[in-house]
Amino acid sequence: MPEKKTWFQELKTAYNVGFFLAIRDIKRANKWTTALIVSVMVLTFLNLVVVSGILVGLIEGSIEASKARYTGDVIISAFPERQFIENSQEIIKIAENIPHFDALTWRYTAGGKIESNYKDTLEKGEVVNSASGLVTGIDPDREDSVTGISEKIIEGEYLDRSDTDSILVGKDLLYKYTPIESPGFQTLKDAEIGTRVRLTVNGVSREMTIKGIIKSKAGEVDARIYMVDSELRKMIGRTDQNVDEIAIFLDNSGDAIEAKNALVDSGVGLSAKVQTSEEAQPKFLKDIKATFAILGNMFSFIGLIVASITIFIVIFVNAITRRRYIGILKGIGISRRAIEFSYILQAIFYASMGIIIGLVLVFGLIKPGIAANPIDFPFSDGILATTAIGTVVRIIILMFATVIAGFIPARIVIKQRTLDAILGR
Amino acid sequence: MKDIIKIENLRRVFKSGEAEIIAVNDLSFSVPEGQFLAITGKSGSGKSTLLYQLGLLDHPTSGNITIADIPVEKLRSDDRTKFRLNFLGYVFQDYAVLPSLTAEENVMLPLLMQGIEFSKAKEMSDSALQKVGLAHRKGNTPSQLSGGEQQRVSIARAIVHNPKILFADEPTANLDTETSRSILTAFLELNKQGQTIIMVTHEEEYARLAHRIINLADGKIIKDTNL
Repeated sequence: MPEKKTWFQELKTAYNVGFFLAIRDIKRANKWTTALIVSVMVLTFLNLVVVSGILVGLIEGSIEASKARYTGDVIISAFPERQFIENSQEIIKIAENIPHFDALTWRYTAGGKIESNYKDTLEKGEVVNSASGLVTGIDPDREDSVTGISEKIIEGEYLDRSDTDSILVGKDLLYKYTPIESPGFQTLKDAEIGTRVRLTVNGVSREMTIKGIIKSKAGEVDARIYMVDSELRKMIGRTDQNVDEIAIFLDNSGDAIEAKNALVDSGVGLSAKVQTSEEAQPKFLKDIKATFAILGNMFSFIGLIVASITIFIVIFVNAITRRRYIGILKGIGISRRAIEFSYILQAIFYASMGIIIGLVLVFGLIKPGIAANPIDFPFSDGILATTAIGTVVRIIILMFATVIAGFIPARIVIKQRTLDAILGR
Repeated sequence: MKDIIKIENLRRVFKSGEAEIIAVNDLSFSVPEGQFLAITGKSGSGKSTLLYQLGLLDHPTSGNITIADIPVEKLRSDDRTKFRLNFLGYVFQDYAVLPSLTAEENVMLPLLMQGIEFSKAKEMSDSALQKVGLAHRKGNTPSQLSGGEQQRVSIARAIVHNPKILFADEPTANLDTETSRSILTAFLELNKQGQTIIMVTHEEEYARLAHRIINLADGKIIKDTNL
């Protein structure tokens, strides 16, 4: 009788034998069957990572667009009770000197309305064809060099400094792109490139021509009317150099919170509202982001259940069809634990292969591919939002589910009577 | 010689609905160490059932089995597996070699389970295959071996860990005459070296090669002959 082993020695031996069996089972298994199982695991992993990543990325895309075309890393805006940012020029100078500063653009804003049928005589009961939005005065060259907004003109052309009677209209204000007819929100009908419209700001009206239509997938931009800043200043009677918005962009190593703190510490916070791009996000966007994250997690959870069931079925079918094999192993004295280890290790192998191939696909192909060619969702350029931590957590959960799903069916089959298994009863 | 197996009042009853089938009926006998015992009988006589009880592959309905002074019928499932690993060797009727392992790996398996190091197990496995004349096919999987060769692998696997008792359940049932003789020659060689062997067979000619024949009918011993 061999000498009695400790619990740990027995566990180590069982693991070694399980490993010995698993390696050979995998090596000599049907290649097509293995490929099929690994393919299922790859798809399961993609389901876990990509589906939730795209759901979150859909909103991330919108947030990124908002940051790139509107807020920058930090946005300074007038306090609600003030008409403009006081001491704007001083603040601009301070902003240009904060660490990691890259560029900035300033804007003038005022509520306004555009009308397209203002020359027609309205019949009784007919309403004016109009749309309201924030009229934004920009230095066209500066704004474009910082936000690249000219790339987002989907019809017509971008403004230049000499366009004193032209405007750009966000697509959310046009019926053609946003066919909404609700009592509280109206979009402009019969308006195209070259259409003359009446722009009313601060009680002052001017005829303007629609020169371009913007579709940036940043809600704040697509609901605005852009014109040359000098013209808007005339309309609102702004004679000083005070502006309404300053969007500050940092270089790649810059941190928005640090930049905001630097501005606040310099006293900017006393004259205007200083927000990071994240803080400036509208609440509904934050809510949608949270909602999609929950949805993503729900899909991931369902994906995980599907993955567990898949592994369970694979291992169960494998174990059931090899019931006699298991019976023989037990018959010649191979421990229950060693056989269980062999099945768990096989399950881990399939999951690991699926995860490795999945990681290569996600980070080598899908993520860079989508980053280069974002998915054209109606309200955002969807990216694949994945984080290293999120992916690692999903891998750990998938592995854990795999071990459980590999263990249970093996246990069920192993628990059957040895002789019945050998004789196939 | 000291008795390696002792059984007393061994019964194995199968239930089929209301009916009871007594496969092994109140058997008592002992087997001395080093004996080559053949258990014979017609189909349904209970010979295989008896072998399964002795080999701890099945539980008796009642009675006692003592192997190497250990009352084995009281062992728990995991301990029975451990006991089979350390004390017993099996040769099954249909070879029961593991299809995903080579001949050498099949034979190594019980040794690895005993905690013997891989290189040592490999060496012992090769030596066991040498004993059954199959060293040259050690790298082949069962699908690449003939029935006789698979049975030799099965024998090598059964003896590699020096079991106290070697059980063989109709080891020649699926083999041609020439191969059957070579398998029995291997058994006789092992027995000469002191190996206790208990073999179930329905072929009188092969049973007569043993030291002793127990003939069963309806689960009872009808003849116990020392040759």
